[in-house]
Amino acid sequence: MSTFKASISALAISAASASSAFAEDLKIGMIVTLSGPPAALGQQIVDGFQLALEQKGGTLGGQATELVIEDDELKPDVALLKATSLIEKEDVDFVVGTVFSNMLQAIFKPVVASETFLISPNAGPSTFAGKNCNPYFFATSYQNNQNAEVSGMIANEEGFTNVFAMAPNYQAGRDNMDGFKQTFNGTVTDEVFTPLGHQDFSAELARLSTSDAEAMFTFMPGGMGVRLVKQFDAAGLAGNKKFMSVFTTDETTLPGQKDAAVGFLAAGTWAPDMDTEANTAFVTAFEEKYGYIPGSYAMQAYDTAMLIDSAVAKLGGDLSDKDAVRAAIKAADFNSVRGDFAFNNNHYPIQDFHMLNVAKREDGKFHTSFVRTIVENYEDSFHDDCRM
Amino acid sequence: MSLTLFLILVLNGIQYGILLFLIAAGLTLVFGVMGFINLAHGVQYMVGAYLVFAFYSMTGSFGLAMVLSLVTALAFGLFLEFFIFRHLYERSHLDQVLATFGIIIFLNELAKVVFGPTTLSIDPPEFLSGSVQLTEQLRYPVYRFATIIAGLVVAAALFAIVSYTRVGMLIRAGATSPEIVSALGVNIKRLFMIVFGVGAMLAGLAGVIAAPIFAIEPGMGDNILIVAFVVIITGGIGSIGGAFVAALLVGLIDTLGRSLSVELLSAVFSPSVANQIGPALASMLIYVLMAAILIFRPKGLLPARGVA
Amino acid sequence: MDRAFTTGLAIFALLLIAPMALELMGAGYLSGLLIKAMLLAIAAISLNLLIAHGGMVSLGHAAFVAVGAYAAAIALESGIENILVLLAITLAVTAAVALVTGALALRTSGVYFLMITLAFGQMIFFTLSSLAAYGGDDGLTLWSLATLWGSDVVQNGSGLYFVILATMIAAWWGVHRISEARFGRVLRAARDNPQRTAIMGYNVKRYQLVAYVIAAMIAGVSGLLTMQHAEFVSPALAAWQRSGDLIVVVVLGGLSSRNGAILGAFFIVLAEEILSQFLHEWRLLYGPLLVVMVLYAKGGLSDLLSRPAKA
Repeated sequence: MSTFKASISALAISAASASSAFAEDLKIGMIVTLSGPPAALGQQIVDGFQLALEQKGGTLGGQATELVIEDDELKPDVALLKATSLIEKEDVDFVVGTVFSNMLQAIFKPVVASETFLISPNAGPSTFAGKNCNPYFFATSYQNNQNAEVSGMIANEEGFTNVFAMAPNYQAGRDNMDGFKQTFNGTVTDEVFTPLGHQDFSAELARLSTSDAEAMFTFMPGGMGVRLVKQFDAAGLAGNKKFMSVFTTDETTLPGQKDAAVGFLAAGTWAPDMDTEANTAFVTAFEEKYGYIPGSYAMQAYDTAMLIDSAVAKLGGDLSDKDAVRAAIKAADFNSVRGDFAFNNNHYPIQDFHMLNVAKREDGKFHTSFVRTIVENYEDSFHDDCRM
Repeated sequence: MSLTLFLILVLNGIQYGILLFLIAAGLTLVFGVMGFINLAHGVQYMVGAYLVFAFYSMTGSFGLAMVLSLVTALAFGLFLEFFIFRHLYERSHLDQVLATFGIIIFLNELAKVVFGPTTLSIDPPEFLSGSVQLTEQLRYPVYRFATIIAGLVVAAALFAIVSYTRVGMLIRAGATSPEIVSALGVNIKRLFMIVFGVGAMLAGLAGVIAAPIFAIEPGMGDNILIVAFVVIITGGIGSIGGAFVAALLVGLIDTLGRSLSVELLSAVFSPSVANQIGPALASMLIYVLMAAILIFRPKGLLPARGVA
Repeated sequence: MDRAFTTGLAIFALLLIAPMALELMGAGYLSGLLIKAMLLAIAAISLNLLIAHGGMVSLGHAAFVAVGAYAAAIALESGIENILVLLAITLAVTAAVALVTGALALRTSGVYFLMITLAFGQMIFFTLSSLAAYGGDDGLTLWSLATLWGSDVVQNGSGLYFVILATMIAAWWGVHRISEARFGRVLRAARDNPQRTAIMGYNVKRYQLVAYVIAAMIAGVSGLLTMQHAEFVSPALAAWQRSGDLIVVVVLGGLSSRNGAILGAFFIVLAEEILSQFLHEWRLLYGPLLVVMVLYAKGGLSDLLSRPAKA
């Protein structure tokens, strides 16, 4: 019993000291998915952010920075618990998260209600882009529908008239499906939603094989994408159906997909082989530190760290005036690896979108490759509904 | 729905059923012969999958990895039996549920610590990695056919052993009247050990077979365990034949149900909604089946003979 | 007043002053932890009635917590704000579900009862996952919460802690009264020897069904309060592992003690919190702890705590 009491006191004391921490320290809470099939995406975000932190000597905006990393395990109740812990127990200045849109939805309310800035390095659901936009929320990635909308444009440019569409059944999946249908001029022969974490696509591929579609459009991030591409290849469909996707054939999944994915089309805001000084520096440094080619997740996390750095520097480390913090973040006064970057009124990015395809490098590694720009300074379709 | 799709679904359903049978066989024997509720049987399946991954990484040969995995799975099962489960045979079902629940928690965490939380994958063995031209547009992987055949072979072997050997006879007798078997001077402890070991190995085999098809991740045994319980209740506790029939039934109902329900509901609801309701309703089907069996035919579809 | 009663009162007194004490120590975060423990305790108290007195081991009890939470959440989303009305709805819905599932489940016993309650729990889980309009798998964030005739006293930060404490005390006392009354005695008689109890003229199944429904309703209230506290509901509340957790809490605390459920709940919640500070992979300790407990400490925590006195 006495050791029990001692532990409780120790806990109380450490909690007390944490909340009266040195005012100049910066504490950032990161909540991403580090378990299960999509763990690779969470890991990229951790790696990208930590690379930036390292390059800045462990400080952001001149402040010594502590990064607390939590795993949401792709479970909404766990995400909620961890987010609450970050804002109440760890008393973080910023929450950076999440990978998946449904996780973001689970943690959104408590974080913004506590007046802590929530910056998403990946999830960009439409829910918070329109009338539910929030002064405490920023997305440094994109709005989920945008990449799919660009895919629709690509499908038009490539001359497809019938397309088979498939996505997982959660907010981002629905957003991507809607986005594609919005811009695509032809017919969507099938609209298939699979469960999140789906492993066996043989039934869906069977449906594809018997449809009139010339191409398949899909959004299948992480492990789901690995299995889909491999099974697509094993089913012998690569010959007569074009594979068009977003976040399905990217640097997190290509190591598993390998040759099966070469030549597949994709849409995105960036590719590792884009020829700008900032980008080459980033990709080289990343590969040197981690030994793998960064994907958009790592890039977005890197940009998020640089964004926070620029904002905190602008404020001289003083985060007490929330409105000033907001303005500093919104200014987006940093060099994005992607090139042009600005925030829209709803705090989602305005940036260029490109067509990519999968390529194999001389050293045998796979990556997405820039083909051409499809649209510049592209705004999302929901910002008008946001009254900010 | 096209014939191709239906064919794929039936094949997938049978495959899932065979997998369930391998897991359920051990479970039903352990439950039937020893009256022991083993919630940790699911982690036995997970252990098999992780073992084949580890051995394959080390040896580069799937065949060798499989053999090593089965041996290790057997050893592991016997280890658990000797040190923990043996003390629980006389205890109440509540105690058994609790203890095996604790083992699930421990092993899932251990898997996460040793292998990491991310999902692992391995490729099927080289000689089984091709695919067969099923229809003019679609190919179906050879490996999946192989798993069905392998499962059937094991099922047949199990039948033969249980029906025609002395050990099998003792197992069947033990399933119906353990006290009498013990009174006849048979070494009950050794019999239990054999039953448990074989059951553990079968679950491990299921894990090995499933590894190239499904994901290898911590907790992968949890949900299939529950379905395995549905199978053994539906088939009849202690009955291998019942487990086989029930497993195929459950596998087919679950697989076909998922796709068909979505198709049917799509006629009424939007695709997104249909895709959410469909699988959920389909998942319920197997529990409805089990509940119905428990109410109307509690001994199961093919009860172990001797059970009145 | 026996020893168990005073222990219970001591716990309640501690919990009463805890929020103030914690604020003074600067560890206000910990009252969230206490709420979590109390919510678990309420559900565990109801399961204790079933297992300890009724001899009915249910592996689907968490589903009633979920049913309660969702009934309240859906009513809230439809515009019903008053917590008392939500309470009535929760009680009604969980009672209805329990009546149907209980009547069917009680046609079996022993391990079959275990399995059929598991089956019903799973069915409820999948039904909740299929509610596309209410988030389905992803769960539902509640943008507005229940109020008490317009005042937010029953929301987080104000009076919710005390509402939950009061509910836990009420459940504790209610189950105690039931178990002391004739109902409880008949229930225990039915647990030990159903045939003899039936011969004495009691409709055993009816008593058991009533116990099952009462336990479900109490669990449902735990769900309502969980919704109010977390401001979020998800089908995960009905997962079978949660039902397993509830059984662990009840047995860990001690089946034969009136305070077992509460002790078990607090121990589990606090142990998890403390262990996870030292070891991220605390479950490596928790799993074996359960096994050891089953093998050597059958009476649970309450038994361990009272042993020194007995010696």
